Amino acid sequence: MRTYHQLTDPDRSGLAQQIGAARGRVAERLAGVRRIIAVMSGKGGVGKSYVTAHLARAVARGGRAVGVLDADLNGPTIPRLLEVSRAPLTADPAHIEPLIGLDGVKCISMAMLLEDGAPLSFKGPVAESFVWRGAMEASALREFLGDVAWGTLDLLLLDLPPGMQRYLELCDILAAPPAVLTVTIPTAESGDAVRRAMRAAVERGSELSGIVENMVGPEFSGTAADDLAKEFGTPILARVPFHPAAIVWDDMTSQFNSAFRIPQSAL
Amino acid sequence: MKFLCVECDQQMTFGERQLPGDGTLAATFKCPSCGRVVAMLTNPMETQLVSSLGVEIGGRTVPAQPLETVRKMVTTGRDDAFEETGGRADGPTGGLVWSREANERLSRVPGFVRGMVKRIYADYAKERGIGEITPAVMDTARSELGLEGM
Repeated sequence: MRTYHQLTDPDRSGLAQQIGAARGRVAERLAGVRRIIAVMSGKGGVGKSYVTAHLARAVARGGRAVGVLDADLNGPTIPRLLEVSRAPLTADPAHIEPLIGLDGVKCISMAMLLEDGAPLSFKGPVAESFVWRGAMEASALREFLGDVAWGTLDLLLLDLPPGMQRYLELCDILAAPPAVLTVTIPTAESGDAVRRAMRAAVERGSELSGIVENMVGPEFSGTAADDLAKEFGTPILARVPFHPAAIVWDDMTSQFNSAFRIPQSAL
Repeated sequence: MKFLCVECDQQMTFGERQLPGDGTLAATFKCPSCGRVVAMLTNPMETQLVSSLGVEIGGRTVPAQPLETVRKMVTTGRDDAFEETGGRADGPTGGLVWSREANERLSRVPGFVRGMVKRIYADYAKERGIGEITPAVMDTARSELGLEGM
């Protein structure tokens, strides 16, 4: 009996081609985006979304075109941080228009799509849903990247949930692994978790753009950021106090632009 | 995925796909040599795995819609999450009429996905020169395009 590769007629379903076409749409859609940075941390609760939103606003205030993709599909917070309205998303046959947040930052988030307070739930067999749920979330992420009219951006920040799963999905969806900005708090526990994430990022070929140490102050003690910076040869781009003043972000803008190698605005 | 008629040693060709709406999928394949037809029946878990990838067994029947997988599969979406513009399903749609019964049926589709569904039916009708969308047209489109639950 002949086997799959011995049958030469094309596979009518073309599942691999369909997936390839979807990846092609992502590449096409992101062609106008000059830098993509994934904001990640192996640790939850360190303020990734907070850092993402304020960094996006600061870079935008500096005259760059910035977008934020809220990749935390199950715990989206970016719209609230960027004070994005609850207006409907405009959909035409080819794309979805992102909504605009503070300082003109373009934004897409699952929070814009879900009923108030509702969890992200999918159609499908309830039993052993872990089998397909990861693939479903990866598809949603791919559609956020490929179906949203990002236009010309100097910087697209991807706000990742805790853990490594979403980062690994991004590596599969994007043409190249995204550059990574890691967020940690000063504690050794955070350092342990973030170290694993940074190692995974290095193994997948991501450029480490820098570290932001968040919640610095007497509330937390430790040297996690310094330790990680030394170990990975990566700069600490900001130390954000536990009770930050807004000026911190604007002061850091030129450092961020340099670390992320963001050129002068494309606009 | 390919099917082989072992007796004829011929690759079978895809016939049709059906999505009965219970989470399962049926696809038929025919041997071009002896004419034998077999049906592949997938259980809800198998069907879901394919759907989760955003692909369609048998190939795409309609162009990919923006956020298609999200709109088709999320059950907790806001009714007013999307505002459709710029498509042939818009406004008067160039003479395309929806019968009262078709509109009633469309109104039962969750608002989260309704705009996309309306656009798909309108495009189907336009492409075939159909001037009025009725439940019968919707049934035919649903069957031809394999639109589960639409």
